[in-house]
Parts: sequence; structure tokens; C-alpha cells
Amino acid sequence: MAFYVVQFLTGLASAASLFLVASGLSIIFGVTRIVNFAHGAFYMIGAYIAFTLTERFSGAFGFWGGVVVAALAVALIGVLVEMVLLRRIYHAPELFQLLGTFGLTLMVEDLVVLIWGPDDLVGRRAPGFKGAVDFFGQNIPSYDLFLIALGPVVLGVLWLLFQRTRWGVLVRAATQDRDMVAALGVNQKWLFTSVFAVGVFLAALGGALQIPRDAVHHAMDLRIIVEVFVVVVIGGLGSIVGAFVAAVLVSELNAFGILIFPKISIILVFLVMAVVLIVRPWGLFGKPEAAARKTPGLTVNPWRPLTSNERLAALAALVIAATLPLFAGNYALTVGSEIAIFVIFAVSLHFLMSVGGLASFGHAAYFGLGAYGVAFLAKMAGLPMIVCLLLGPLLGCMGAAVFGFFAVQLSGVYFAMLTLAFAQIVWSIAFQWVSVTGGDNGILGVWPASWAASPSHFYWLALGVAALVTVTLRIMVFSPFGYALRATRDSLLRSEAVGINAKRIQWTAFVIAGTTAGIGGALFAYLKGSVFPDNLGISLSVDALVMVLLGGVETVSGGVIGAIVYKALNIWLVSQTDLSKLVLGGFIVLIVVVFPKGIVGMLEMLAQRRRKSSPPGSSLLAKPIESAE
Amino acid sequence: MKLTVQDLNSHYGPAHILFDIGFEVGEGEVVALLGRNGAGKSTTFRSIVGLVAQRTGRITFEGKDVSARPTHEIVREGLGYVPEERRIFTDLTVEENLEVGRQPKRPNAPYWTREKLFTLFPNLGEMKGRPGGRMSGGEQQMLTIARTLMGNPSLVLLDEPSEGLSPKIVEQMVDAILTMKKEGVSIVVSEQNLHFARLISDRAYIIERGRICFGGTMAELDARPDIRDAHLSL
Ligand SMILES: Nc1ncnc2c1ncn2[C@@H]1O[C@H](COP(=O)(O)OP(=O)(O)OP(=O)(O)O)[C@@H](O)[C@H]1O
Ligand SMILES: [Mg+2]
Repeated sequence: MAFYVVQFLTGLASAASLFLVASGLSIIFGVTRIVNFAHGAFYMIGAYIAFTLTERFSGAFGFWGGVVVAALAVALIGVLVEMVLLRRIYHAPELFQLLGTFGLTLMVEDLVVLIWGPDDLVGRRAPGFKGAVDFFGQNIPSYDLFLIALGPVVLGVLWLLFQRTRWGVLVRAATQDRDMVAALGVNQKWLFTSVFAVGVFLAALGGALQIPRDAVHHAMDLRIIVEVFVVVVIGGLGSIVGAFVAAVLVSELNAFGILIFPKISIILVFLVMAVVLIVRPWGLFGKPEAAARKTPGLTVNPWRPLTSNERLAALAALVIAATLPLFAGNYALTVGSEIAIFVIFAVSLHFLMSVGGLASFGHAAYFGLGAYGVAFLAKMAGLPMIVCLLLGPLLGCMGAAVFGFFAVQLSGVYFAMLTLAFAQIVWSIAFQWVSVTGGDNGILGVWPASWAASPSHFYWLALGVAALVTVTLRIMVFSPFGYALRATRDSLLRSEAVGINAKRIQWTAFVIAGTTAGIGGALFAYLKGSVFPDNLGISLSVDALVMVLLGGVETVSGGVIGAIVYKALNIWLVSQTDLSKLVLGGFIVLIVVVFPKGIVGMLEMLAQRRRKSSPPGSSLLAKPIESAE
Repeated sequence: MKLTVQDLNSHYGPAHILFDIGFEVGEGEVVALLGRNGAGKSTTFRSIVGLVAQRTGRITFEGKDVSARPTHEIVREGLGYVPEERRIFTDLTVEENLEVGRQPKRPNAPYWTREKLFTLFPNLGEMKGRPGGRMSGGEQQMLTIARTLMGNPSLVLLDEPSEGLSPKIVEQMVDAILTMKKEGVSIVVSEQNLHFARLISDRAYIIERGRICFGGTMAELDARPDIRDAHLSL
């Protein structure tokens, strides 16, 4: 019995930091409508800076002072980020906001390694809370008791802040109607900045308070952000009480899940999240209308099938690509195969995003599942390559069917967060369930059959499949199914009014996209001869997103171009620098800031401006007045 | 002149909505902006306070050109705006709604306190702690006006204050507006209801499809039934 109580208390103690970070995310989202992906990064920087400060200054004042100063310092960094980056993207599509803050996260990951080194850092114990309390023969660290008390205290302070101060009233008003707040004379800019500072402060404090419990390391950002996404999805984005309740719930599920499914405890959290989503898609304490916000910014030009000339051009490009083995060496062919595989991957996500308006942040899960499917079939069942290639993607299909069912219940940022959380769950299973997946060591020795073993043969195979997949998806775009899917994207309500079962259509699209990604993954397993958890990791998911954005979300086949350009660039970059995350992150941030309306939107704007300026006097804004927004 | 609008043109995306709008409001005056549904009354107001992104023209308030300033700065100059559709904060209580509108005292404008507003709108005083979402339409309309008055404006843009209100509430509204006028607040009120406008206004402009097509005193308007019938649905 005592053991369970202690387990429960440990869970409560973990909930404290989770709550701090999640409430910060919620507050920021409430007012700015930005889901701050970099929130985990701020949490991590908070921990690192607190580590340095508490090492430098000893004593009680040194420790607690160090924790608070670290959080304040990070809040200041947050203010800078808000003023330099976020202010430029408040009106960008939410996908860009997520991506921009994600790019920031990537940069921070490399930066902390650059500053603090790659090793885990073990921080000091908190003065006054070094010992443990004996509870019927079980030990409870007294620091845990401190954290358990801290959670409700912070909740209370936040409550007072929001209910009893003018700032809190303004924030709550802005959460509901930003323009109206401005129309009453409140400077939104500074309101946003201050809200962001408070949110980041909370995240950094959560990180700083973790140092006596956990080692500080450079992957703690992704770990926490996934848990935080799960917390806010369960608790309801924008609700602080929801964040508190859900943080406790998730932490307890983790604490007891270990006892029930020692290897894959995360499943329990997933199950609970699934139930909550079915019963209350907007979370336990959230509001339905907040969830209804759909991915905007996809102002789409009318699409048309290729003309016969364009078809010929595409065919010619394919033929030229097919001649690569005639003059290129083995390395180039392997790179070529990889690019072809990523074309499949990018095209599948592009289909979901452009036609379905569903921006998945965890698409790599299905890619990786396809790869693992092949590995299982080839290594465990010993099936021949053809059979594996045909059946392996079915694992991706199944994963997409299960997760997609829940994901399409939501839209916009909720959809993005949920798909990310799902992908991370799949990753955790692959990582933790060592007896089946080999864990971090992966599954090795997945080699192609002799007919496909030579680089040129494999290249032709990959190229052929990529062409087939691209054509099939294009045909689908212009099929009745494609039209129905587009209708759900453009207006969910209207499409349902004309008798389209929107959720079913979106789910189908999700499964199609997942299966297609699985086909890419299956080929990838054979290309590399091995499968690792990274094949379904977040960074791969983001690669796919960047490819799609580069190519242009608003085109029919942007994924193809995006994949070729991005993958070639990426392979080259990795061979050139150790700081590929820093460069890549910077690149993403740059895309988002320079093209806040998307690359295609930018091109459209340029074209429009050219059209506008030609007839004299038609210039729309002789003396443009800046908008207050 | 308190407020001067010259050559105001506004667009929503590709749609050109306002065409060379121009009008004036004198110190302490109540001016009506009359027009049918979709004539452009709300767009005019939204353009003046900077809530329409694409607009050109010159807006002078108390001698200062405010056309390039952001919304909150324009409002802080003392130009209050009461939107249509009663955009109160439904999650906030009556007192909190008023708090959002609160601005410092202004030398050239009447100073409103909560207490003073509760005497102007007695209904509000009886429900200080009630969330805005649980108020009747009339009460919400009073709250939007009171909230803007908390900013101590010297001029208020009132967008269709009588819309959808019962005759009894409309009467209270007329009283409240006349009190505001007596205190020295200049008012521009947009209306479709000529009878209501006549009770409170000194002068009127008529807007039709984004263009001002009449401007004059109420007596001048009454002398031109042809204009009235052509541009206003009575
Ligand atoms: N956000 C918007 N986007 C595009 N067009 C708009 C928008 N708001 C208004 N319009 C159009 O601008 C025109 C003027 O609208 P406005 O709301 O200013 O009219 P109004 O005189 O206030 O009408 P009402 O009496 O119905 O409130 C209308 O044709 C309307 O359809
Ligand atoms: Mg109107």
C-alpha cells in the first residue's frame, strides 16, 4: 500500500513542472493564438541556465536565486523572440507559426550542445530539500514534497493574476476578442509581449526546478513538448485549470503505467487521451469554439489536370531521371534512390495538407511503420522482398487508420499537436519495446533481394514507385473523392450540408496518406538495410513539412519539387557541417519570416502587384494606411 | 472641427467599399450617418478607428492627422468607438468589461466613473458581477456604450445603437445619448431608423453604396422627402 502512495506522490511531483510548462503554453495560445512549439526549448534553456547559475553560486540564496534568475533570463530571451520573430507571423497561417517556432527549437538544440556540451549534466540538490521523508518504510524525496506543494500554489497565483489584476482582465478580454481590446485603447503589441514573457517564464521555471530531480540534457525539449501537447489536448487549450488537472492525470498515468506496462507505459496515456477526445474533442476544460479554428491561409487557386504538353514534359523529366544510372556512380545512385523515396513521403503528406487541409506534424510515424513492417516481415517471417514491399506498408496503413480516426476529430493546431503526439508515442514504443523492435539498436540486415540489390536496379525501383505514387495521388485529387475532400477542407459545415460525411472522407485521406508514406518507408528500409526509431522521429516529420512548404502547399504537385530540392540540400548540408540543426532551423525560420504567407502566396502577391501597377491611377493605395492589427 | 474625414476609400480584399467619403463633426455635435443595410456605415466607422487594413484618405481628429496611427493610439486620443453587434466580452463580468475600457482622465472630455455610468444605465448597476454572456441584448448594448465611455472619449462613434432593441430600451438609449451630449461628448451615430436619429441628432449625412449623397441639418433633410425616400427604407 505504502508503495502505491509513494508512486502516487512521485506522479504528483512530476506533475508540477508539466503543469508549469503546459499552463505557459495555454496562456500564450489563448491570447496570441500561436501554439508555441519552442516552449520545450525554453524549458530546456531554463534548466541549462539554472544549472550554470546554481553551480556558480552556492548556498540557499544561490540555488533559489539561480532558479528564479534563470527563469527571468529566459523570459527575457522570450521577449526578444516575440519581438523579432513572432510579431512578424501573427497573421501567418498557423502552420507557419508552428513551423517557425519549431525551427527555433532546432536551433536551440544545437546551441545548447555548443554551449554546454553533449553530455548529461547532473545538477545540485536543492538546499533544505536534500533528504527524504520516511513513509512506512518507503522513501519520498523531500524535494518531491516541495514540488507537490508548488503546483497548487502556482495555480493559485495564476488565478489571482488573471482574476484580480487589470493585466489579467485585459488578457482574458484579448483571449476572446483581440480587435475589440485594441478598439478600447489597449496596445496589443505589449499585451502580447507580456503574455509571451509570462508563458516563457513559467516554462523556464518548470525546467529550472527539474535540475535537482533529473539530469539536464539536450533532448529534454522534445520530451516535454510532447507531454505538454498531450496535457493541453486533454485539459483543453487555453484553460489553466485544465492544464493542472491534465498534468496530474498524465503524470499519474505515467507513474502507474510503469507498473502495468513496464516497457510501453506511454500506451496508457494514449488510451486516456483517445477517450477524452471522443467524449470532449476540445478537452476537459476547453471551449468548443476554440477547437473549430481551421487551418487558414490556404487560399487555393483553381486546380486543373496537366495539359498534354505538361504531361509530356513530366514524362520527359522522368525519362531523363531514369537515365541517371548510365552516367552516375553508386553514391549518386544511392542519393537518387533516397530522393525518390522522399518524393513518395513528401507527396503523401502534401496530399493530406493541400487537398485535405490537414497539416500533420507526425507523418513520419507512418513512414517508419512501413519500414518496421518490412523489417518484421523480412527478419522474423523471412518473407521475400516483393511480398514484404507489398505487405510492409500495411503497418503504416493500420497505424494511420487507428490514429487517423482520432486525429480527424480535430482540426487546425489541435490536429497538428495530436498527430505529433501520436508519432511520438509510436517512436517511444519502437524505442522502449526492445524485445520486439530492438530499441535504439534497431533492426539490422534488411537487405534487398538480388534482383534489386545493385544500386542502379534499386534506383529504378524507387523511381518507378515514386512515379506511380505521384500519378495515382494526382488522379485521386481530380476524382470525386478528391473533390469531396477539398470540400471538407474549404468548409466543413457546408460540405456536411451537401451530404458529404466529412470525417469519413478525411479519415480515408489520412489512411491513404499514411499508407503511401508507408510505401516510402518500406523502400527506405531496404535502401538502408536497417530500421531505427529515428525513422519515425519528429525531425523526419518536420523534414516532410518543410519539403511540402518549399514546394508550395497550394500546388498540386509541390511535394515532388520540394522533396528533390530539400533532400539534395539536406544531404549536402549534413556532409558540410556538424551544426545541421542550427542551419536547418535558421533556414526554416527564414522561410517563415521572409515568406509569411507561404512561398506561393509570395509569388502570387508579386504577380498581383505587377498586374496592379501597370494601368496608371489604378493603384489601390495611393497613400497606404498601416493597419493597427 | 472635432472630426474631419476626407476622401476616405476602403477596400475589403478586392472589393472597393467606400468611395471618397467626407464629412465633419463639430464640437459637441450629434451627427447621424444614415443608410440602408450594407451601405457602408460600419465600414466607415471601422476605417476611422483603423480596423480596416486597406484604406486611404485623411482623418483629422482635434486637429491631428490620425489616419496612419494604429487603433489603440487613435482611441487613446479620445476617439471612442462602440461597435455594432455588441461585442462585449462574454466571459468577463460587467465590472471587468468596464475595466477593459478604462483610460486616464482627459482634460477636454467629461470624466466617467463606474458610479456615474451606473446612474446613466441603472440596469448595469444591478448586475455588476454578472458575466456579459448572461445579459439581455439591451443590457449588452448599454454595456458596450458604458465600456467605451470608461475611456473618457471626447467623441464617440456609435454604430446602430437602436438595432434590435425594444421601444422601451430605445427610449432609455435616447436619454443616455442626450445625457452624453449634455456632458459635452460629440457623437456620430449610424442609423437606419430615421425616427430614432431625429430624436438625438443635429445634422445628418446619408450614405448609399459607399458614397455620401446628402449632408445637412435634420430640417434640411425633412425638406427633401425625395432624398429620404430614395436612400432610406422607412
Ligand atoms: N469583412 C468584410 N469583408 C468583405 N466585405 C465586407 C466585410 N464587411 C462588410 N463588407 C461589405 O461591405 C459593405 C458595407 O458593409 P457595412 O457593414 O459597412 O454596411 P452597414 O451600412 O454597416 O450595414 P448594416 O446596416 O447592415 O450594418 C457591404 O456590402 C458588405 O457586404
Ligand atoms: Mg453596420
